[in-house]
Amino acid sequence: MNESDDQKPGPPTEATDAIGRMGQSTPIDLEAVQEKLRAEPGPAMWRSLDELAGTPDFQEWLHREFPRQASEWVEPADDGVSRRAFLQLAGGSLGLAGLTACTKQPLERIVPYVRQPEEIVPGKPLYFASTHVHGGYGYGVLATSHTGRPTKIEGNPDHPASLGATDVFAQASVLDLYDPNRSQAIVNLGRIRTWGAFVNEASPLLKAQQALGGEGVRILTGTVTSPTFADQMKTILAQYPKARWHRWEPAAAHDEYRAAVAALGGPHDRIYDLTQAKVILSLGSDFLTQGPGSLRYSRDFSRGRQVRAKRPVMNRLYAVESMPTNTGTLADHRLPLPPDEVAGFALALAAALGVASGAPAAPLSPRAQQLVAAVAKDLQANPGASLVVADGYAPQAVQVLALAMNEKLGNVGKTVRYIRPVEADPVDHLRSIQELVIDLNAGKVEALFVLGGNPVYTAPADLGFAAAYQKARLRVHHGLYQDETAQLSQWHIPEAHPLETWSDARAFDGTASLVQPLIEPLYESKSAHELLGLFANQIDASAYDIVHAYWQKNLHAAGAAGGDPEAAFRKALHDGLIPGTAEPAVTAAVNGGAVAQAAASISGAKPDPQAITLLFRPDPTVYDGRYAGNPWLQELPNPMTKLVWDNALVVGPALARRLKVQIEDVVEVSIRGRKVKAAVWVQPGHADRSATLHLGYGRWSAGPVGNGRGVNAYALRTTDALWAVAGIGLKRTGDTFNLASTQNHHLLESGTDEMPTAEKEVMARRPVRTGTLPDFLKDPNLVHEKPGLPKTPETTGAEDLTLYPRYEYKGYAWGMAIDLNVCTGCSACVVACQAENNIPTVGKEQVLKQRAMHWLRIDRYFEGDPDDPQVHHQPVPCMQCENAPCELVCPVAATVHSAEGLNDMVYNRCVGTRYCSNNCPYKVRRFNFLRYSNHDVPVLKLRENPDVTVRMRGVMEKCTYCVQRINRAKIDTEVAGRTVVPGDVQTACAQACPTEAIVFGDNNNPAWESTKRKADPLNYALLEELNTRPRTTYLAKLRNPNPDLLGATPEGKRI
Amino acid sequence: MATIDERAMLPDGLPEKPYRPPVLAPGYTPGTVTDKISSVVLAKTPRWWYVAFGLSFCVMMLFLASVTWLFAKGVGIWGVNQPVGWGFAIVNFVWWIGIGHAGTLISAILLLLRQEWRTSINRFAEAMTLFAVACAGMFPVLHLGRPWLAYWLFPYPNTMGLWPQFRSPLIWDVFAVSTYATVSLLFWYVGLIPDLATLRDRAKNRVSQIFYGFFSMGWRGSASHWHNYEAAYLLLAGLATPLVVSVHTVVSFDFAIGIVPGWHSTIFPPYFVAGAIYDGFAMVLTLTIPLRAAFGLQDFITTRHLQNMAKVMLATGLIVVYGYGIEIFFSAYSANRYEQFMILNRITGPYHLHWILLIVCNAIVPQLLWFRKVRTNPVPLWIVCMFVNVGMWLERFVIVITSLHRDFLPSSWGMYRGTIFDWGTFIGTIGLFLTLLFLFIRFLPMISIAEMRALTPGSRGEGMETPE
Amino acid sequence: MPQIFHRSTNTIAKVSIFGGVFILAFVGWVYSELLRSHYVTGQDVVKPQPVPFSHEHHVAQLGIDCRYCHTSVEKSSFAGMPPTSTCMNCHKQIWTNAALLEPVRSSYSTNMPLRWSRVHDLPDFVYFDHSIHVAKGVGCATCHGRVDRMPLMYQNASLQMEWCLDCHRNPAKYIRPKDQVFNMAWQPPADDPGLGARLVKDYHVLPPRNLTSCSTCHR
Repeated sequence: MNESDDQKPGPPTEATDAIGRMGQSTPIDLEAVQEKLRAEPGPAMWRSLDELAGTPDFQEWLHREFPRQASEWVEPADDGVSRRAFLQLAGGSLGLAGLTACTKQPLERIVPYVRQPEEIVPGKPLYFASTHVHGGYGYGVLATSHTGRPTKIEGNPDHPASLGATDVFAQASVLDLYDPNRSQAIVNLGRIRTWGAFVNEASPLLKAQQALGGEGVRILTGTVTSPTFADQMKTILAQYPKARWHRWEPAAAHDEYRAAVAALGGPHDRIYDLTQAKVILSLGSDFLTQGPGSLRYSRDFSRGRQVRAKRPVMNRLYAVESMPTNTGTLADHRLPLPPDEVAGFALALAAALGVASGAPAAPLSPRAQQLVAAVAKDLQANPGASLVVADGYAPQAVQVLALAMNEKLGNVGKTVRYIRPVEADPVDHLRSIQELVIDLNAGKVEALFVLGGNPVYTAPADLGFAAAYQKARLRVHHGLYQDETAQLSQWHIPEAHPLETWSDARAFDGTASLVQPLIEPLYESKSAHELLGLFANQIDASAYDIVHAYWQKNLHAAGAAGGDPEAAFRKALHDGLIPGTAEPAVTAAVNGGAVAQAAASISGAKPDPQAITLLFRPDPTVYDGRYAGNPWLQELPNPMTKLVWDNALVVGPALARRLKVQIEDVVEVSIRGRKVKAAVWVQPGHADRSATLHLGYGRWSAGPVGNGRGVNAYALRTTDALWAVAGIGLKRTGDTFNLASTQNHHLLESGTDEMPTAEKEVMARRPVRTGTLPDFLKDPNLVHEKPGLPKTPETTGAEDLTLYPRYEYKGYAWGMAIDLNVCTGCSACVVACQAENNIPTVGKEQVLKQRAMHWLRIDRYFEGDPDDPQVHHQPVPCMQCENAPCELVCPVAATVHSAEGLNDMVYNRCVGTRYCSNNCPYKVRRFNFLRYSNHDVPVLKLRENPDVTVRMRGVMEKCTYCVQRINRAKIDTEVAGRTVVPGDVQTACAQACPTEAIVFGDNNNPAWESTKRKADPLNYALLEELNTRPRTTYLAKLRNPNPDLLGATPEGKRI
Repeated sequence: MATIDERAMLPDGLPEKPYRPPVLAPGYTPGTVTDKISSVVLAKTPRWWYVAFGLSFCVMMLFLASVTWLFAKGVGIWGVNQPVGWGFAIVNFVWWIGIGHAGTLISAILLLLRQEWRTSINRFAEAMTLFAVACAGMFPVLHLGRPWLAYWLFPYPNTMGLWPQFRSPLIWDVFAVSTYATVSLLFWYVGLIPDLATLRDRAKNRVSQIFYGFFSMGWRGSASHWHNYEAAYLLLAGLATPLVVSVHTVVSFDFAIGIVPGWHSTIFPPYFVAGAIYDGFAMVLTLTIPLRAAFGLQDFITTRHLQNMAKVMLATGLIVVYGYGIEIFFSAYSANRYEQFMILNRITGPYHLHWILLIVCNAIVPQLLWFRKVRTNPVPLWIVCMFVNVGMWLERFVIVITSLHRDFLPSSWGMYRGTIFDWGTFIGTIGLFLTLLFLFIRFLPMISIAEMRALTPGSRGEGMETPE
Repeated sequence: MPQIFHRSTNTIAKVSIFGGVFILAFVGWVYSELLRSHYVTGQDVVKPQPVPFSHEHHVAQLGIDCRYCHTSVEKSSFAGMPPTSTCMNCHKQIWTNAALLEPVRSSYSTNMPLRWSRVHDLPDFVYFDHSIHVAKGVGCATCHGRVDRMPLMYQNASLQMEWCLDCHRNPAKYIRPKDQVFNMAWQPPADDPGLGARLVKDYHVLPPRNLTSCSTCHR
C-alpha cells in the first residue's frame, strides 16, 4: 500500500526478461505443468495451464472475471476478503496512515542475456513489419516489441490497405496474444495430449484415405487469401483428389460474390478509387469502416473532404440506409429507408439513369422520389467521377444494379475497377457449407478438419450444423480458443497467434505480405500451415520452412527484386509487402440479362407494408463473435449505440413508438418458430419497419469475458436470409434488461424521458460546430460566435483577461487538431490509446456506474428530427488547457503544467481527491475507483507498455498526448543533436486514425499539419467561452448539400 | 446579532417583562447549584444511560465496518463516479462542520457580547462542537483515493523536495479545520478546569479523584487562579470569534473556487456561515431539549434559552433563504447558459424532489418560529429543529450533486446514488457523535458549575459578565 | 482531606508542558532523518551478488572503459548489463578455473542468465534515461560515485527526488565536458568557475522550468 504499487513492467526485470529470452520460459512454470500432464491425463475439462498448475493467480482469477472488476462487489460473499482478514483490517485500518511513511524498495533482479542478440538494445523497442489478418484479408502492420514482448500494433505506411492506419481489430489483436483464455495445449476429448499423439491417430486414417482418393476428407476454413495456404491446399487436393475444401466465412459479403458472378460473369472483386469520386452514393454501405479496403477508402475519402479556407473543395456523399452506419453519419444527404425501400430506391435510380426499366412495387415516398431525381442528376453531371457503392450485405439485385449504374456512369476503370478475386479459389460460401452439411448427414465424411472459424456457433441455424458435425468420424478443430466448435471436436489443436508464427496474406487489392513472429509461441500451438503439413507428410515442417519455401519459389513470379530470392524475401519481410503482387484491373461488362432480372426481382417483390425486416450485421466491435473474448473490444462502445458488453435489438424511434417499447425493454423476436429474447435499443436515425441485430454475442464457450454477453443472432439466421429477413414477430415480454451505454445513460436512469432537454442543451452549447460549404464560401468564419478572426486560443484576445503575464512557450508547444469533417467515429483511436497507455477495462457493472476508463472518448451527438437526425462524432481527449481548471485545485500538485504546455498528470503523487475531475469542464479525467489494473494474471503484465506507469487504485489518470512518445522523440533527437520535426512523433490516436481526422504537432512549428489546421478559420476550441485555452482544437463539420435539395421537401423535412 | 431579543442586552435589575423568564430559576444558592449539576456526574449511572450509550456504540461500529471495507476496496464502494466525483463524504463533511459552529459561537461571541443566558448551554454546545468537528474531520481523509497519503496535504519538509499546492482550497481547508479544532478544544478545556476541580473535591473514590485531579491541573480557586483563568478565557474567546466566520468561509471556497456552475458563486461564504450557525443551533436544541428533560435541568436551561436559540435560528434561517433566492437571481441575471440550466435542472431535473424537500425543511417549516408558542414549547421546537437538521444536509447534497451531475458537456452528464456504504459511513458518524456525547454527559459537568454559581442571587456572579 | 497528588507533581506538570515542545520537535527530527537514512535509501549498502564483481579491479586496475560492458549507455535509457558472453570474452583466457567465476562459466554453458541484484533501483514510476544524461555531459561518477574505488558495487547517492531535483534545478553545478563523462577522476577546474554555466549553454541543456516539469521523469 504505497507509491511503489504503481508498477511498470520495466524492461530488464525478471519476468519480462524471461520472455526477453524469446520465450525460453514463460511466467507460468511450464515444467511443473508438464510434470502434472505426464502424471495424469488431466481433469475432464480445463481452461488453461494455470488451472492445472493450480496457481493461486488462476484460482483468484477464476471467480474474478477478467477484467477483474466484472465481479467487483455487489455483496461481500463473492469477494476475496475473508472474515478474518476483515477483522485484521478493522484493527489495522485506523493506524494505516502512519505505517506508510518510509518504504524500502524490494530487491530487484537484473537478468541480462547470456548471448545478447545483435539488434536488441535493452530499453529501446524494435519494430517489425507484419500482417494483421481479419476475415481472411491482410492489413500491413508494424508491431512494437519491447525486449521481445509485442506490446502494440501500428499500421504500415507502405502497405496499400493500411497507409499507416489501423482499425479496432488490429489494435486489439495484441491483447489476444496474451489472453489467459487462449487454448494452451492440444486436447483430445478433454484430455491434454501431445502433437505426436495427434499425428499417430490422424496419419493412419489419412493414409487409408489417400488410397480412396481422400473421398472422406473435408477441410473447412474461412476466407483464405494466403498464397502459401492456397498452394498447400492445391498440393493436398492433388494428393486427395476426392477430398473437399469447404469455406464458411460468416460475415463475408456473400451476395457481392453472387452479384459479380451473375452480372460480370466471374467473381471479380471491386476496388474503389475514392480520390477520383466527386459524388458518391452509398446504398446502405459502410465502406469507410467495414470490409478489407475500409482503411484505404477512409483515407482516400477523407482526402476529398478535408476542407480548408485555402482548399474549399469537398466531395458529396449520399447515403440511403436502414441501420445508421459510420459512413452514413458523414453523408451530406442521408435518407433512412427500410431495406425493401432501399432496393426500391436503387431500382428507381437505375431507371432514372436508364440502366434498368420497371418501378418498385411499393411506390417511393415523395421525399425519396425527390432524392432519386437529385442524385441521378448529380451523378450524371459527374461521369467517371461519381460512384455508387452498394452494401456488400445488400440483396444481390441491388448490387447488380449498382454495378450497372457505375458502368453506365462511366466509372469503371476510373472510380471503380474490377480485379481477379483475391480470395484463393473463391466459392459461394453458403453453398459450400450447405454441401458439407449434406455430406456430413449422408455419413460421407471420415475426417473433418476445421481450420479457424467456429461453424458450430456461426453456421446458419437451419443447417443444424452442430448435429451434422458430430456425424464425422474424426473431428479436428484448429483455433485460438476452446470455442463452441472445439467442444464438439475430438481433437482441438491450439492455433498460433499471428504474432507467434509465420504466414502470409493478401490485401483487398491483392498485395501480398508476410506474417512474421515477434515472440516464440507462449503455448504449445501450431499454425494452419503446420497442420496442413500433416497431409503432405511434412509433419515436422515449421511454418517458417513452409512459408519461406513457397516464396523462394514464387518471389520471382511475383516480380520482386530480381537476383537472389533470399535477399528479395528479406526485403519483403522488411518492407512488409511483396512488390508487384497487387492484382491488375481486368475488364468485364455487366450483362443486361442479369440487370433485367435484378430489376424484375425488385419490382416483382410485394413488400407487406406492415412487415418488419430484421437486419443481421457483423458487430462493429466483436465482429462475427471471434473477438467476443477480447475485453478491449467488449468494452469499446459501439460507434452508433455506444453500447458496451452487449448487443441489442436496434430499432428506430418510429417503430419503438408503434410497438410501445422503450430502451431496455426485453422483446421476443420470432421468425418461423425461431425465437430469441433481446433487449431493445432505440437508435435515432434507424429506418422504420426494420430492426438490426448484431452478430457475435450470446456465445456459450468464449471464456469468462465473452460468455453469455448479449443475444445470439445466429439462432435466427437462416440460409435463405443471411443478412435480412422480412416479417419478423416482435412481442413485449414485460421484462427489462440493463444495457450499459457510455453516453446518455443518465437519461434512462433519471426515469423521465429527458432526451429533449439534453438535445436542446446540445444545440445551444454547440460542442460540435457545423455549417455548409456554400455558407463557408460566403463567410469563412461562420462557425465563430462573431465574425472576424478565427477564435484560436491565440486570437480570442481572451488571454488579455488576466492579471498575470502570459507564459512564453519558447521550445515546443504541443497541440492537437481534430477535423470533425472526416471523423467517422470508427473508434480505432480509442483502442490505440488503450493499448498505448495501459488503460484497464472495468467491466459492465462499472460502466453502468459511469466509471469507464477510456482516456479518449468519442462523443456522439444527434441534431434534429430523432427519426432522421444528423449524427456527429467528436473525439475528446484531454484538452491540455493552458488555463487548466484542474491544476489549481489539486492540493498536492499532482497535476501541473509542463514547460511545453502539457497538462502533466503525476500518478504517483495523486492522493485522489477527485477535485480536478469535478473542475474539468470536459470531464476527460478518469479515476481508479477500485483496483482496475489487473496485477494478478502474470501473462497480462507482458502486454503492458513499459514506458507508461500502471496506475493503482485511488489514482486519477488522463490523456497526456502520449508524453512517453514525446519524451522518447525529444531524447532521441537531442542525442542526435537536432530538434523534433514532423514525423518524429505521433500520438497513438493520431497514428491509428484512418482518415487523418486527428493530427498532433508543435504549435511553435508551422511545418506541422496541426499548426496549419489551427490557422484555419474552421478551427475552434471546445467551450472556448470558458477561456481554458485548450491545446486540442477542432475543425468545424461542414455539409456539402445538393442545391436542388435545399428547399423544403414534400414532408417539409430536410434531406 | 441584532436579531437576538435585544431586551436580553439590557443591564440586569430592570423590572423583567413577564414573558421573559429568567436564566436561572429562583431559589438557588451556589451550594445547591453545585449539588445539582455535579450530582449528574457523581451519582450512580442511570440505567437509561447504559441503553442509550450501548445503542450509539453499536451505530459507531457500523462506521468502523464501513470504513474498514473502504480501506480494503477503495472509494469505488461508494456511489461516486464520472462526473460526480464528490458524494456523501463531502456532503457529510460540510454538514458536520456546520453543526460544529454553534458551540464556538455561543461560547465566544455571546461571551464577548455579555449574553449571560449562554452560561447554561455553552459547555454543552462546545462539547458538541468538538465531537462534530471530529466527525467532520474524518471525511476529507476517508474520501481520498489513497487515504494513507493524506499527510501529503501538510507542508512538511520531505525527501521529494515538494510542497503542497497552496492555491488549492483543500489546503486552506486543512489549516482552517485543524486550527478550529485546536482552539475549540483549548477553549472547552480551559472552561472545564474549575469544574473539574469541584468534581475532584467532591469525588468519593480514588480513581475519579486522580482522574479529575489530573485534569484540573491543581486548581485551587485562588484569586490569582480566577484572574488568570478569566483573562485566558477571554483571550481564547477573542481568538475563536474570527474562526466561527473563517472556517465555513474556507469550506465554502472548496466550491466557490471551482468553475462548476452551481459552485462558482460569490454568495457562498456568507451563505455557508449563516447556514452553519442555523444548523448548529438546531442541533444544540435537538440535543438539549431531551437531555434537559432527562436530567431535570429545566431550572438551568430555561424556556428563555430555548427562545433565544430559536430566535437565532430564525434569523440565520432567513439569511439562508435569502441565499437560495439570490442564487436563482444570479443565474437569471448572469445571462450565463450554464448557470441558468443548472438552476433549472436543480428545480425541475431528476433531483427536483431533493430541492423541494430542502425548501420545505429549511425555508417553510422554520417560519413557525415566528410564533412564541412554538419557540417556548419544547416539543414543536424540537420537531422544527429536526426539519432543519435534515434540510441542511439536503442543502449540501443539492449543492454538491446537482451541480456536478450535469455540467458543461451533455455527453458527460450522469447520475449519482449513494450506496449502502455511503449510508453506513454517514449514519456511523452519527453513532460516533452520540457515543462521545454520552461519555461527556456522564463524566463531565454538562453545565458550567462555576459560571452558574455566578448567576445565583447575591454572588458576585451577577457582575461576572456585566460591565463594571 | 488528604492530598491526591504528591507536591512534586507541580514540578512534573510544569516541566512536561515545556518538555512537550522539545519532545515533539525531536520526534519530527528523528522522522525526517529516518526518511533519509541509508536504511531507507539503501545508500552505501552492498547487495548480495552471484559473483563478487569488482569495479575497482576492472576499471581502476585494468582500465576497462565503462562502455565495454554497459554498451547501451549512450543510446538507450538502460545502460545495459553485460551478457555473460562479454565476461567470457576475457575469462575464456584468464582465471579460467577460478572458483569465484563458476557461476559465470555455468551460465555460459547452461545458457541460463546470471541474476544480478539491482544496485541503483529507482521506483517503477520514475523514467530515467542514461543516453540523454551522457549526451548532456553528466558524468558517470556524478551519480554512481567513484566506481573505480568500489571493490563491491554500492549505491553512492540517496537517489531520492530531492537529490535528482538538486541537479535538475541547477545543472551547471554538476555538468562536465562531454569528453570527460567517462572519466572517474574528473574534478571541476578550480580556476574556471564559469565552466558549468558555459557548458549548459553549449550543450543546449533545457532551462530548469523544463527539467523540473513532472513529465520529464514521471509518465
